Amino acid sequence: MENLKPTILQKKFFTPAVIGLTVLAINGIIFLMIRFLWGIGAVTNLNNQYPWGIWIGIDVAAGVALAAGGFTTAALGHIMHKDQYHAIIRPALLTAMLGYTFVALSVMIDLGRYYYIWHPLIMWNGSSVLFEVGMCVMIYVTVLYIEFLPIVTERFIGRVNLPSFLSKFNKPLDKFLRTLDRGLEKTMFIFIIAGVVLSCLHQSSLGTLMVIAGPKMHPLWQTPVLPLLFLLSAISVGFPMVIMESYLTSKSFGLKPETNILSDLSNIVAPLLGIYLAFKIGDMVIRQTFVYLTEVNTESIMFTLEILIGVIIPLRMFLSNEIKKSPTGMAIASFLVVLGVLLNRINNFLVAYNPPYSSKAYFPSFGEISVTIGFIALEILLFRFFVLNFPIVSLPVYSTPQAKFTIRGGSK
Amino acid sequence: MANQTRRNFIKTSALITSATIGLTNKSKAAPKYILSEDRMGVLVDTTVCIGCRKCEWACKVEHNLPTSAIETYDDRSVFNEKRRPNDKALTVVNEYPNDYSDKFPINVKVQCMHCDKPACLSACIVGAFSKHENGAVTWDTSKCIGCRYCMVACPFQIPAFEFEKALKPDIKKCDFCYEQRTSKGKLPACVEICPVEAITFGRREDLIKTARQKIKIYPNRYINRIFGEYEVGGTSWLYLASKEFEKLDFPKLGKDPAPGVSEAIQHGIFAYFVPPVALYALLGGIMWINKNKKSKEKEQEK
Ligand code: SF4
Ligand code: SF4
Ligand code: SF4
Repeated sequence: MENLKPTILQKKFFTPAVIGLTVLAINGIIFLMIRFLWGIGAVTNLNNQYPWGIWIGIDVAAGVALAAGGFTTAALGHIMHKDQYHAIIRPALLTAMLGYTFVALSVMIDLGRYYYIWHPLIMWNGSSVLFEVGMCVMIYVTVLYIEFLPIVTERFIGRVNLPSFLSKFNKPLDKFLRTLDRGLEKTMFIFIIAGVVLSCLHQSSLGTLMVIAGPKMHPLWQTPVLPLLFLLSAISVGFPMVIMESYLTSKSFGLKPETNILSDLSNIVAPLLGIYLAFKIGDMVIRQTFVYLTEVNTESIMFTLEILIGVIIPLRMFLSNEIKKSPTGMAIASFLVVLGVLLNRINNFLVAYNPPYSSKAYFPSFGEISVTIGFIALEILLFRFFVLNFPIVSLPVYSTPQAKFTIRGGSK
Repeated sequence: MANQTRRNFIKTSALITSATIGLTNKSKAAPKYILSEDRMGVLVDTTVCIGCRKCEWACKVEHNLPTSAIETYDDRSVFNEKRRPNDKALTVVNEYPNDYSDKFPINVKVQCMHCDKPACLSACIVGAFSKHENGAVTWDTSKCIGCRYCMVACPFQIPAFEFEKALKPDIKKCDFCYEQRTSKGKLPACVEICPVEAITFGRREDLIKTARQKIKIYPNRYINRIFGEYEVGGTSWLYLASKEFEKLDFPKLGKDPAPGVSEAIQHGIFAYFVPPVALYALLGGIMWINKNKKSKEKEQEK
């Protein structure tokens, strides 16, 4: 087995694609400013019938699900101790950390009184599902930051180099980093397990969120097992997300895809998707909701799309040996799973939600879409920044024999 | 060395477990309320209401909301469309055709129902809603963070949000005139002004008795149902009507309290924090076993 080591990538930050993403990000930020200056109503199509839009349905709900790669790889690599996966843990962790940071940001911009975002810390409502989701996400973001800290210490230990007048702090800072690193190493398992537990909790509770909407939610989705379905789909989307992101990273930096690791991961995806599909269909059979599929309307079409494109087709693909040999094939299958979970969260939070007195169905405004896309663009840019400045992506050691010493100076 | 990490591991795990369990007691700080036997309510007789909309005016004045002069409320053209309470009007009256007589349309006043088991109260992330002993469900501006989950939860789609405000947007809904009136034993503003006594304030139990009596005496005038007696576990506001409530735009609801299922799931997952702590212990165990296995393998290799 070749030796893989997390390495700082040596590439330019700016490329044409990066500039395009920057434009999208700025466009989103402009609409965000309008939201903060003139209120939520000025930017969104939300009203008293449709209090939640894509900022909750996509940015928060789908965002949380698609950041599930963090806890699923942590469980696989650290808890099951499957060492061959260590190469993908750091990119997955980075994706999760950025993902959750943006989930928190999205919650913040969607809150009418964003400056009271700390209220749930001291004003508890144990019966509120949202309270539980909020607390879990808050703690989990912290855990993710802690899990990421060793990467930061690794980056800077022995390389602390503050500008001249601060240079007398170089030594103490280095010492501090080393102590921190040692402390983290001893206690990290606490945070890793906590991260997995917290993820299981809020991934499922995110499903419970809409249960209280009762008959306002279309029966194709409204079921008491929603929390279980949310948890299972989050677990099954974790690895596809990692596969896709690993594939895209290797493409955009001109690296060789880790075909072996990816196809090992793919082997786990099929059973996970299978379990999810079984529960989804089982729930439909038990509640006999398949009758709603005989009518042709937005709900039935969206439900069929979600299951067919997002679960059944990729499941079939992941069972094929041909696909598992080709990184591109695996990336496409993974993309479908990701799309399926995205659709599922949109369906649960927006399509299924039919308030009793609405005259016009909700459709996101240009501003809402801009902000959502802007956030995604920012996330990708930050991801690029991190892999160019921190040891995240694993490269075979022989190709960069001096990896340990060339890191200095980062991307320049 | 290996032994020491292991001991550390167990010690720390135990510490976390006890810390989490310590939190349990606090987690029960959910807003509790008493459902008093003497809680009040309002009976709305839609067969008596004449659609004068004086209640709309009185409600606005009571809550310092901008309003035009009371005379303008005689304008019946507003009935051409169905309106909903919002941040500028906590109650509205709508009109529906009467199948038996064109001269006497059916008017229905809409506002918060003041549920006995309010979904808004169960859902609110910071517990901004309270159910008072007299039945009123009120909202606390000092807590609300504007997440709008209460609007997702309410089965009657009542809470309204000030979408146009950049700072301090409120959730607006009928508060049963709690602060100024009903908490002091006075009538709600809308009830007080009603010229034909279409809305009656009283003990909820008495109101139900009255309503039953009315149905019994005038079986041709009313359908045999009091809306709000059982819907979503019962509401403080009760309605009588001459035609099916669903045809008057009342939502079709079951008898189970709206927050029932989600609270059951929630308390199942968090039953005294046992499931999360058990999961933590289980994962810790698996991690430990795998770690040992790995280090043994390494030793054997040597
Ligand atoms: S009608 Fe809606 S807002 Fe009013 S108490 Fe019931 S759940 Fe709350
Ligand atoms: S909008 Fe305010 S009152 Fe409504 S659920 Fe959120 S915090 Fe509670
Ligand atoms: S009870 Fe008070 S707040 Fe409610 S509709 Fe009547 S006047 Fe308005």
